[in-house]
Amino acid sequence: MAFPLIFAIGSALKPLDELFRFPPTIFPQHPTLDNFSDLIVTMGQSWVPFSRYLLNTVLITFLGTFGHLIIASMAAFVLAKYDFPGGRTFFNIVVTALMFSGYVTGIPNYVIMSKLGMIDTYWSLLLPAFAAPIGLFMMKQFMESLPTALIEAAHIDGAGEFRIFWNIVMPNVKPAWLTVIIFSVQSLWNNSAATVIYSEAKKTLVYAFQQIQAGGIARTGQAAAVTVVVFSVPILIFILSQSQILETMASSGIKD
Amino acid sequence: MSNTQSTSFSQRYFNMKMNKMRYGWDKAKRMKVCYLFLAPYAILFFTFFILPICTSIYYGFTYYNILEPARFVGLQNYVNLVLQDEVFLTAVKNTFVIAVITGPVGYILSFLFAWFINELPKWLRAIAVVIFYAPSIAGNAYTIFGIIFRGDAYGYLNSILMDFGFIDAPILWLTNPAYIMPVLIVVILWMSMGTGFLSFVAGFQGIDKSMYEAGYVDGVRNRWQELYHITLPSMKPMLLFGAVMSITSAFNVCDVPRALAGYPSTDYAARTVVTHLFDYGFSRFEMGYASAIATLLFIVMILSKKVISAALERVGT
Repeated sequence: MAFPLIFAIGSALKPLDELFRFPPTIFPQHPTLDNFSDLIVTMGQSWVPFSRYLLNTVLITFLGTFGHLIIASMAAFVLAKYDFPGGRTFFNIVVTALMFSGYVTGIPNYVIMSKLGMIDTYWSLLLPAFAAPIGLFMMKQFMESLPTALIEAAHIDGAGEFRIFWNIVMPNVKPAWLTVIIFSVQSLWNNSAATVIYSEAKKTLVYAFQQIQAGGIARTGQAAAVTVVVFSVPILIFILSQSQILETMASSGIKD
Repeated sequence: MSNTQSTSFSQRYFNMKMNKMRYGWDKAKRMKVCYLFLAPYAILFFTFFILPICTSIYYGFTYYNILEPARFVGLQNYVNLVLQDEVFLTAVKNTFVIAVITGPVGYILSFLFAWFINELPKWLRAIAVVIFYAPSIAGNAYTIFGIIFRGDAYGYLNSILMDFGFIDAPILWLTNPAYIMPVLIVVILWMSMGTGFLSFVAGFQGIDKSMYEAGYVDGVRNRWQELYHITLPSMKPMLLFGAVMSITSAFNVCDVPRALAGYPSTDYAARTVVTHLFDYGFSRFEMGYASAIATLLFIVMILSKKVISAALERVGT
């Protein structure tokens, strides 16, 4: 399973003559960081400074994940802990919406965003990310395991809903935070936003990388370096938070 | 007489309904803080997930190219899709093949892997989880398969096969229509250990060990019976969640064929329903037609979810 990823790392470390050696080797004989330094050179020659792409992606990933965490947790809290008219129906719709991803809603989404004047702004990436169904789903399922007595006790002590949410519920669902964060970071970090962002200065890192990869044979080494840079971020986050994520996934089931 | 009686009956029924509604309304008013908490999410969710589905259904009945206002054309898009668009039929066939093979195989493989690693020591299990899950969060790492399956002698698969003498000329894996689909299926399977897999791993951890002991007392004789009568029924919610996730990924295949087999691919051999939709929506700007495709896809996905949850209901009974 990990072989293609190891292979990608191997290729990224190969000097040019080894990339095209016949028969090809999996591990580099003379590992070098040339491909990465070439990548930086290519980036330096781009029209828009490379740091701009990086800033765009980091900003979008950070704001999108943060907003998603707060907004989805607020909704998940009331859906998990209160029985109010319409709540259950709403959650069922969200579960169905888990299945609609990416391009399928892409076209009407484009039309709606253009009506709202959001095309070519960060909002076109941020607002849909705030409402991603998977985050709400995970959060709600996890919050259901919180003892209701905890919330009732806080009520009796005179805490308002918002205080309960912020001071009691949120600190107790930290594993779920990490899960919501990894899903959100992964989708925002890998989002090339090719259909909603047109200004070069607002493009994301992955989009810029795809342009380099499209350079063909001459950029084989750099393309491998790009692949490694892109996949290492979500995988690292996952490795660091995996035990917490598994704890959350234990409550991920859909009860019919 | 009978008339008045029926009025009074309907009156009573009406009053009852009103009371129920008033009760619901009172409850809703008492719980208004709930709606306040739900509102930010609900508004965004409605705008970017529900409204698109509704507009997609509407645009499916129109000719719409973004520049001119949508023109109502009735069922024309659907008629064209089914009767005239041969590429769409190829796309349906390919998507169906991908969904039928990678959906269940990926699902069962993730389940079996989760089962196998369940009894490993904790640190080893952690490593195994990372290894199996990594491909599905690795973004566009699947482009590396472009090098493995490259059509010239420098492609890894070709060079290995030539080295061993199985073939004497390189095979055009990603250009020859005969090989595109098998290659795509391999790559998609590689990426399929996704969220469902994590859910299964966690599900196995959560099963109460005393259930197994009770099962052995009650006459469970081997591991397979244990799996079928104890493990599977206690993991039903995870199984359904995993199924929803695998339907989603199986029907939404788009980026992998576009990146590996080219866009458009040779003879449309790698065309899927979603690449077809992408083609009409974002290259030709025939939004009406693309929306009709999206609507059909929604219906198929919802139906397959229904079928699978009905099937899972019967597991272990």
